[in-house]
Amino acid sequence: MTRRTLLPLALWLAALAAAAALAAGARYTADLSAFLPRAPSPAQQLLVDQLREGAVGRVMLLAIEGADAAARAALSRRLAQSLRADARFAYVANGAAGSAERERTLLFAHRYLLSPAVTPQRYTEAGLREAIGETLERVASSAGALAQALLARDPTGEMAALVEAQLAEGPRPALAGGVWASRDGVRALLLARTAAAGADTDAQEAAVGAVRAAFATAAAELGAPEARVRLTGAGVFAAESRALIQREALRVSVLGALLIAALLLAAYRSLAALAFGLLPVLTGALVGVAAVAAGFGVVHGITLGFGATLIGEAVDYAIYLFVQTGATHAEAGRREAWLAQFWPTIRLGVLTSIFGFAALLLSAFPGLAQLGMYSVCGLVAAALFTRYVLPSLLPAGFRVRDLSALGARLGRARAAAGRWRWLVPALALAAAATLLAKRDTLWAQDLSALNTVSAQDQAYDGMLRADLGASDARYLLVAAGSDEEEALQVAERAALALRPLVAEGVLAGFDSPARYLPSAATQRARAESLPDPRLLRARLERALRGMPLRAARLDGFVADVAQVRAGARLRRADLEGTALGVALDSLLLRRAGGWQALLPLRAPASGPAAFAIDAARVRAALAGSGALFLDLKAEADALYAGYLREAIALSAAGVAAVLLLLIIALRSAGRVWRVAAPLAAAVLLTAALLTAAGQALNLLHLVGFLLVVAIGSNYTLFFDRGGGAPAANVLASLALANATTVIGFGVLASSSVPLLRAIGSTVALGTLLALLFAALLSAPRADAR
Amino acid sequence: MAPRASRIVLACFLAWAMAAAAAEPWTLERLMRSLAQTRSARASFVEKKLVRILERPLVASGELSFVAPDHLEKRTLRPRPELLRLQGDHLTVERAGRSTSLDLRSYPEVGLFLESIRGTLAGDRQALERVYRLSLEGNEASWVLTLVPTEPQMRALVEHIRIAGRSADVSVIEILQANGDSTLMSVQRLAGP
Repeated sequence: MTRRTLLPLALWLAALAAAAALAAGARYTADLSAFLPRAPSPAQQLLVDQLREGAVGRVMLLAIEGADAAARAALSRRLAQSLRADARFAYVANGAAGSAERERTLLFAHRYLLSPAVTPQRYTEAGLREAIGETLERVASSAGALAQALLARDPTGEMAALVEAQLAEGPRPALAGGVWASRDGVRALLLARTAAAGADTDAQEAAVGAVRAAFATAAAELGAPEARVRLTGAGVFAAESRALIQREALRVSVLGALLIAALLLAAYRSLAALAFGLLPVLTGALVGVAAVAAGFGVVHGITLGFGATLIGEAVDYAIYLFVQTGATHAEAGRREAWLAQFWPTIRLGVLTSIFGFAALLLSAFPGLAQLGMYSVCGLVAAALFTRYVLPSLLPAGFRVRDLSALGARLGRARAAAGRWRWLVPALALAAAATLLAKRDTLWAQDLSALNTVSAQDQAYDGMLRADLGASDARYLLVAAGSDEEEALQVAERAALALRPLVAEGVLAGFDSPARYLPSAATQRARAESLPDPRLLRARLERALRGMPLRAARLDGFVADVAQVRAGARLRRADLEGTALGVALDSLLLRRAGGWQALLPLRAPASGPAAFAIDAARVRAALAGSGALFLDLKAEADALYAGYLREAIALSAAGVAAVLLLLIIALRSAGRVWRVAAPLAAAVLLTAALLTAAGQALNLLHLVGFLLVVAIGSNYTLFFDRGGGAPAANVLASLALANATTVIGFGVLASSSVPLLRAIGSTVALGTLLALLFAALLSAPRADAR
Repeated sequence: MAPRASRIVLACFLAWAMAAAAAEPWTLERLMRSLAQTRSARASFVEKKLVRILERPLVASGELSFVAPDHLEKRTLRPRPELLRLQGDHLTVERAGRSTSLDLRSYPEVGLFLESIRGTLAGDRQALERVYRLSLEGNEASWVLTLVPTEPQMRALVEHIRIAGRSADVSVIEILQANGDSTLMSVQRLAGP
C-alpha cells in the first residue's frame, strides 16, 4: 500500500473509532420527545408535560374476560391485592366494598373544610333550621341510611352533600360479584395508576409485564385457566407500539437484508464483494449516529429505526463501483479510470441527496431534525469512504461478475421502449390533475396518521373508559400559580366560573384538586363561617323549635365544629395513600417555576354538545380567572399540522436547493430539465397512486419523497452523463441498485406498522418509477433513428 | 241428569279440597306458594322511622308496586318525592331531579330492605334464604314472617325484618336496625294492576 492510500485508511479507522466512542456514550431514548417541539409554546409545553408526566399516561385500564362472573370477581380481588403490593403501581382500584373506608373517614373528619356548602349564612339560626330540616327529610327518605347514622354529629348534612357530589361526578361503574364490571357484565374491570410516568416506556412495559404475571399467578391459583386479562391506556399503548415497531423493524430488516444479500450474491458471485459492499452503509450508519449524538445529546429510537433506511442509498455507491469497473478488463488503473470517469457524477448525486436532506435539519420536529443530521453526515461518510478508502481496500484480483450482457439487454429493451416516452408526460399530467382534484384531503391533518394503535384497540379502550366512567382527559383547564396555594386559588375561581356551564349542559362536570384540598384561604373562610360553641348552641336551641330533634343531642356536632374553629386544617400529607391523595397528585403538580392545578372537564354524553366541549364558551367563562383552557387532542393535532406544514415548506426549500445545485453544476437548462423532470414525474405519480389507493399523505410519505429524489437523482445523473446512451455496465449497475432499493423498501411496505408502510411504499414505488422514467425520457427518439 | 250429577261431584270435590287446605298447617311452604300467585300488585304505604335521637318518628308515604318476578318500585310522595326502582340487581334512585344507578349489594342499608320486600311479594323462598334465616308464626289469617340476616356484616346493620300479613296480603313491614333505630311500614293493597 502506498502512502497515498494509507492516509485515508488511517483517517477512516480513526473516524470509525471516534464515531464508535460517541455512539457508545450517547443517550438513547424511546419516549415521545421525538415528536415534541424543541421550543414549545406554553400550551404545547402543557401538552408535552401531560403526555410525559400527566395522569393521562399513567392510567391503566384492566379487563378480565372469560370464565364466569364469580371467577372474574375473585380474580379481580386477587389481582388488585397483588398489584397493591407492587411498588410499580401507585394506586389500584376494583370497586370492592370496604376499600373506600379510609376515604370516607377522611371526608368525614374534614367535612367542614371540604364542603362548599359551609358559609356564614348556613350557620345562622335560619340557615341551621333549613339545613337540619333538609337532613331530617333525607333521613325519612329511602336513601337516608347514611344521614341517619351520622345525624347526631352531622345534622347539617355536610357529609351527605360531599358523598352526593362525588356520586354526581360521573357515571359509576356497574358492579358484579362486588367488583367493577362492564355494563353487559362480561368482564370485570380494574383501574390502576403506574408509579412511573406514561412516557417512561421501559417502566410502562415492566408494569404491563407485572400485571400479566400477577394475573397468570392468580388464574393458576384460582383454577381459572380460561380467564384472560386485557390492558389499555396511553402508557400501555406506548409500550405495545414500541414493541410492535421493534419487532416489525427487526423482521423487515432481516428479511430485507437477506433478500438484498441474495440478489447481490447472485449478481456478484462473490462473498467478498458482498462484504465490501456493505462497508459504506456501515460506516455511514455509525457516523450518522455519532453525529446525532454529538449534535443533539440524545438519540431517538425513531432516528435509529429510520436512519439506516435513509442512507440505504449508500449500498448503491459500492454497486456502482463494483459493477461499473467490472467490465474494464485492463487490470491496472481501472479503478482510477472509474474514479475519473464516474466519480463526478456520483459526487453530484451525493450532493443532491445532502441538499435535500439538509432542509430537514431546520425542522422544529426533533425527530425530523435528527433524521436530517443522520442522513447528511451518514451519506457524506459513506461517499468519502467509497471514494477514498474502499478502492484501496479491495484485493488486487478483486472482481465481480461481468454484468454487461445484462446491461446490453436492458439497453435494447430501453431503445425499444423509446416510442412509449410520451407516457411519462401523460402520466405526470394525469397524476397532477388527480392531486389537484384532491388537494384539500391530500394530507392527513391529525396525529392519528402516525398512530400505531389499531382501531380495534382504540375502540376497546373507549369502551372500557365508558364502563369505568374514566375521562379520556381530552379537555383540561390549567390553573398556574407561583406556589400550591395560588394554583389552588386560581382553580377555585375557575370552578366558580364553570358552575353555570355545568348547569346549562355545556359541560357534564369537572374535577379539581381543590375538591380534595381546598386552598388555605378557602379553608380559613369556611372555618370562620362557623360560630363559636356558645353561640352555636344558642342558635340550635332556637332553630330546632318545633322539630323532633333536641339541641342537647348534638354535643358531638358542637364539639366537631369547635375543633375546626380551633384551627384544625386539612393538609396534603393527610391525604397520602388514599384515593383522594392519588387524585390530588395527578391534579396538582410542581412545574418549573411554580405549581399547576389541572381541572379535567367532562363533555356531555348526550344532547347537542355530546362528546365535544364548546371551547369558545369555556374560554369566555374563564376570562379573568387566570386559568387556561386546553383541548389536548386539538393541541396535538395542531402541533402535528404545524410539523407537516413546516416539513412541506422545508422540502420545497430542499428541492429548490437541489435545483440550484444542478444549475450550478450542469450549467445547462436542458440538462437540469433531463435530470429533474423524471424525478418530478415519479414523485407526482407516486403521490397520485398512494392517494388513489385511499391513503392520506403524512410526514413519513414526505420523507419518502425526499428519499425518492435523493436516490433517483443518481439514476437521472447517470442517464444524463451517458448523453442518453449509458454504457451497458452502467445500465446494469442502475438496475441492480434499484432492485436492492425496491426490495428493501418493498419489505417495509408489507409491514403492519403504518409508519413503516408509508415510507416503504413511497420509496419502493417512487424509485422504480424514477428509474423507468429516466430511462424512457433519455431514450433516443424513434424518429431520430 | 248427567250434567247435574257431575256438578254435585265437583261441588263435593271443592268442599273436600277446601277442608283439606284448612287442615293443612300454615307453613312457610304454603305462605310462599300463595304469595307467588300474585303476578303484580300495587299498594299505598306509610313509613314511620323511629330514630333514637329524635323525639318523634319521621313519616313518609307513597306507593309500592311489584311486577313478578323481580321488579319493585317504591315511590315516595311525601315529604319529598323520590323513586326507587329495583330491577334484578340494579337499583335506580331518582331524587331531586337526579337519577343514580347503584348496585344492590354495594348499598346493603337500602338493598336489604328492598330485597326482603321483593322476595316476600314474589314468594321467592330461595332468594330470601340466600340472605336470611326465615321463621313463620301464626296462621293464614294472621301471620308474621321474621327474616334474620345470615351474614355477620349485614347483621351489623340490621337486627331483623318482620313482615306481617293475612293470607297472600302483606300488611306491615318492620325493620329493626342493629343500632336500635327502626322503620315501620304499613301497606294497604290497592285495586287494579
